[in-house]
Amino acid sequence: MKKKLLSLLLATMMILGLLAGCSKSGEETSTDPEKAPVENGTEDAKQGNDSKEEAVEVNEGKVFNIYCWNTEFQDRVKAYYPGYTDNGDGTGKIGDIAVNWVITPSDDNAYQNALDAALLAQADAADDEKVDLFLIEADYALKYINTDYAMDVEEIGLTADDMKDQYQYTKDIVTDSNGKIRGTTWQATPGLFAYRRSIANDVLGTDDPAEVQKRISNWDDFNAVAEEMKSKGYTMLSGYDDAYRTFSNNVAGPWVQDGKVIVDDNLMKWVDQTKEFTDKGYNNKTSLWSDGWAKDQGPDGKTFGFFYSTWGINFTLMGYSLADSDAEATVGNGIYGDWAVTEGPAPFYWGGTWICAATGTDNPSLVKDIMYTLTCDADTMKKITQETQDYTNNQKAMEEIANSDFQSEFLGGQNHIALFASAAPKIDMSNISPYDQGCNEEFQSAFKDYFDGNVTKEDALQNFYDNIVIKYPELTY
Amino acid sequence: MMEKERSGVAGLKIKRALIHIVLILLTIICLLPFYILLINSTRNHVDIQKGFSILPGKAFLKNFQNLMSNPNLPVLRGIFNSFIVASGSAVLTTYFSSLTAYAIHAYDFKGKKTIFTFILMIMMVPTQVSALGFVDLMRDMNLTNNFIPLIAPSIAAPVVFFFMKQYMESALPIEIVEAGRIDGAHEFRAFNTIVLPIMKPAIAVQAIFAFTSSWNNYFIPSLILDKKDMKTLPILIAQLRSADFLKFDMGQVYMMIAISIFPVMIVYFLVSKSIVQGVALGSVKG
Amino acid sequence: MIKKKTSCIKYTKWGYIFLIPFFLVYTVFSLIPLISTFYNSFFENYMSGLTQVGPNFVGLANYNGLFENTNLLKFTQNTLIMWLMGFIPQICVSLLLAAWFTNIRLKIRGKQFFKVIIYMPNLIMAAAFSMLFFAIFSDIGPINDLLMRLGILDEPFRFLSSVGGTRGLVALMNFLMWFGNTTILLMAGMMGIDVSLFEAAEVDGAKAFEIFRMITMPLLRPIFIYVLITSLIGGIQMFDVPQILTNGSGSPNNSSMTLIMYLNKHLYSKNYGMAGALSVILFICTAVLSLLIYFKFTKKEN
Repeated sequence: MKKKLLSLLLATMMILGLLAGCSKSGEETSTDPEKAPVENGTEDAKQGNDSKEEAVEVNEGKVFNIYCWNTEFQDRVKAYYPGYTDNGDGTGKIGDIAVNWVITPSDDNAYQNALDAALLAQADAADDEKVDLFLIEADYALKYINTDYAMDVEEIGLTADDMKDQYQYTKDIVTDSNGKIRGTTWQATPGLFAYRRSIANDVLGTDDPAEVQKRISNWDDFNAVAEEMKSKGYTMLSGYDDAYRTFSNNVAGPWVQDGKVIVDDNLMKWVDQTKEFTDKGYNNKTSLWSDGWAKDQGPDGKTFGFFYSTWGINFTLMGYSLADSDAEATVGNGIYGDWAVTEGPAPFYWGGTWICAATGTDNPSLVKDIMYTLTCDADTMKKITQETQDYTNNQKAMEEIANSDFQSEFLGGQNHIALFASAAPKIDMSNISPYDQGCNEEFQSAFKDYFDGNVTKEDALQNFYDNIVIKYPELTY
Repeated sequence: MMEKERSGVAGLKIKRALIHIVLILLTIICLLPFYILLINSTRNHVDIQKGFSILPGKAFLKNFQNLMSNPNLPVLRGIFNSFIVASGSAVLTTYFSSLTAYAIHAYDFKGKKTIFTFILMIMMVPTQVSALGFVDLMRDMNLTNNFIPLIAPSIAAPVVFFFMKQYMESALPIEIVEAGRIDGAHEFRAFNTIVLPIMKPAIAVQAIFAFTSSWNNYFIPSLILDKKDMKTLPILIAQLRSADFLKFDMGQVYMMIAISIFPVMIVYFLVSKSIVQGVALGSVKG
Repeated sequence: MIKKKTSCIKYTKWGYIFLIPFFLVYTVFSLIPLISTFYNSFFENYMSGLTQVGPNFVGLANYNGLFENTNLLKFTQNTLIMWLMGFIPQICVSLLLAAWFTNIRLKIRGKQFFKVIIYMPNLIMAAAFSMLFFAIFSDIGPINDLLMRLGILDEPFRFLSSVGGTRGLVALMNFLMWFGNTTILLMAGMMGIDVSLFEAAEVDGAKAFEIFRMITMPLLRPIFIYVLITSLIGGIQMFDVPQILTNGSGSPNNSSMTLIMYLNKHLYSKNYGMAGALSVILFICTAVLSLLIYFKFTKKEN
């Protein structure tokens, strides 16, 4: 009896294990023959008679795959794309089409690697497995823009007129060497300095953004305020990387020139300033995205301010500010309302997410519609800004809000859109390279050791070079 | 004489007390991290940030629900995947390692010594050194995002083979096999019906070890699996470490770690006696 | 007589048949990958963005690249240092515990309980264990909070920003995961020693330490070899714990970067040539070490 039981157990477990492997491939192959004729039918129908839009949409692929690295875009689609219903398990539906979010964290190029693998397999993939839409960041946009993996938006159906109100830089960055635009974005990402009103009142005697700006409008003044902050028991910044973008965006040339990694002088200025801040106790020695860094932005934080761009304020900072993340985000929950923004000592931008249509998508009309609704439609974009404080990529609409009596509750009633609107046109992205994410990450990580006092400046630089050629074997230094 | 003996007894008492203190300290070091884990998995994000607490909080259910409804961390799916891979490996590795060990133990054939030495030699080769070729080959065979490359290789497990061989030497006299042959049993049947039942204690121990080591394995699965629905628990944990957007809520982070640790711990405490005895079972002679 | 011989041949056939699954699976999943790894090490072969570079035959260029840089040596040192930092306390504590547990006169209470507890960390998922340590040993984490409240520290000790702190944590985790296992193995060995040997030594007036050195240690040699080899090979393969603790960066200053983490970095950038060369070096190192230890110890025994 026992023997039988054992063999039965053995058998079921083996079958279970094998099934888990097989069922997957079974699914894939079974969808293939089913899908193919339908798709061919669509092509024929399109060529034969100019059928109605509706018919085309019905005949499109049944699965819509979106590749991205966090939930920011997902939140936008959920809230602002009409017809999207969320299934609550990380998938959604638009009409009959199932929306599948493939989210890979961006750290250490993980997202790019996952996306690369999918794009390289795109041609042979079953329709339901094909990438339809993928998101890219400024730090590596060029890697995809100068390839055919991202579709020309005109091919998708967006016209120059549709995009006329978008900020020019957002179009420049995704324009390939032949002048074709291969992506589009709903946001512009000028950076500002976000500070705590209560701390400003305590130390500087005012929380008025214009007055605070006068005190920190250049780095010398900024450092002087940092000393004042320290004497009252606060830190000016939270960690090593906070001011990084204000330096890295104002460099003389791109990270990589003719296959050679070049460390710009301005980056070394960041190194020196951060070292000084660390040694003098002007920061809390945290790193980007660490728990200490998050805590400094929360109700128990004793940090004066953070350099953030648009998404950082409404997505990250607001999330960290709340005492109870399940309760409504409103004044009284944590330090919601205790923040304000100002230009700070140097202009910068940070991040920004572009949407690209993947070549080979089986849902071109849905791709077009999502792109249009979220990045070209002025009404939707205005709504996004008013409801989420995000800064959207529509110059006209933004200027309208900037000149209105719009107030951000989170920022203590400030109309921060006005500040962004004056900063956005100044963004210059001429010095980006396809390697920026890797270079920025490795540079910050290598110099963390220097700030911590573990290595000399020269060693930190050498570590950076060593790591960058492991990450990008084609580069030299 | 009496005096000396008494002082000896007293010395022994002090020694015993000291030893017990050391043991209790070691126990605390072993258990403290898990205690903190247990406590923090019951507290919400803000409380955790406030610092350490001896008493649990009230957010256990909330953390659990938050984690379960977090669409980016398919925990249940991860547990299921890990379970399939781990139990598949445990079954295959114990069965086939016994079979291989039986071949060496029960039969005399040309080259047996060489084969035995060969298996012992490959025991020393770390799996990582062939990882590159392995991943490459699996990609060519279209077996990425598939559990077969994670389960099937356990058929050839030199360490388990070695353990089984050692156990057979002490527990499986060749006469038993021969008695079976006289009864006319077919060789393969004899293995299944006579040898396997005798090997039961060794199989049980090795099944548990194989299960946990597969359950805990991170390196190879992270190279083979990248689809969300196929990921095993350790990959999800690593994702927790690297993903910025998952760190908003430390309560969920602790809960996720708790879910991957405590079930194994509970099972362990239930069967701990046989495990602890089994650890030494095959290696005493080694 | 003749009959018996034929039946013997008949049975012999089954020995080979039963070995088929093992060697088939080994060939497909280990041997071919191993050979292809070796083969890859002579080629330039990587992804540059979305474009494939190579494979171009480059001879020993990949090996030169690895040896030109001092990092390989450094990562080998890191691996060995972190292994030793865990292994030395592991073997000492295990010896002590095993000696205590097997000493009947000490009458230790709750032996079974202690054995169960100390073995437990061995079964914990290294990834989860490491993530747990990352969380509780962070600058603002519970351990720092506890140490400050107990008055041991005035300000948080930044474990993961100091070389000793990070290596110490890795070693501590390795220690916790393996000392229970070693204890149980050593106990098994000690219980196998004939009690009369101890008694005889005691009659001769030998002290406890002398008995330990002269009788226990030599008789435990086989188990020692076993523990040493398995632990060393495990040490060379060290990956999960430092990888997740430092998020793959091996920080600070690459001081916790192990050889396998280095290999993983090359695999991750899809640099097959370099990864192949590194694998071959690792393979040779492990082989040499194992053979060295094996022969050194077995010879002495004879």
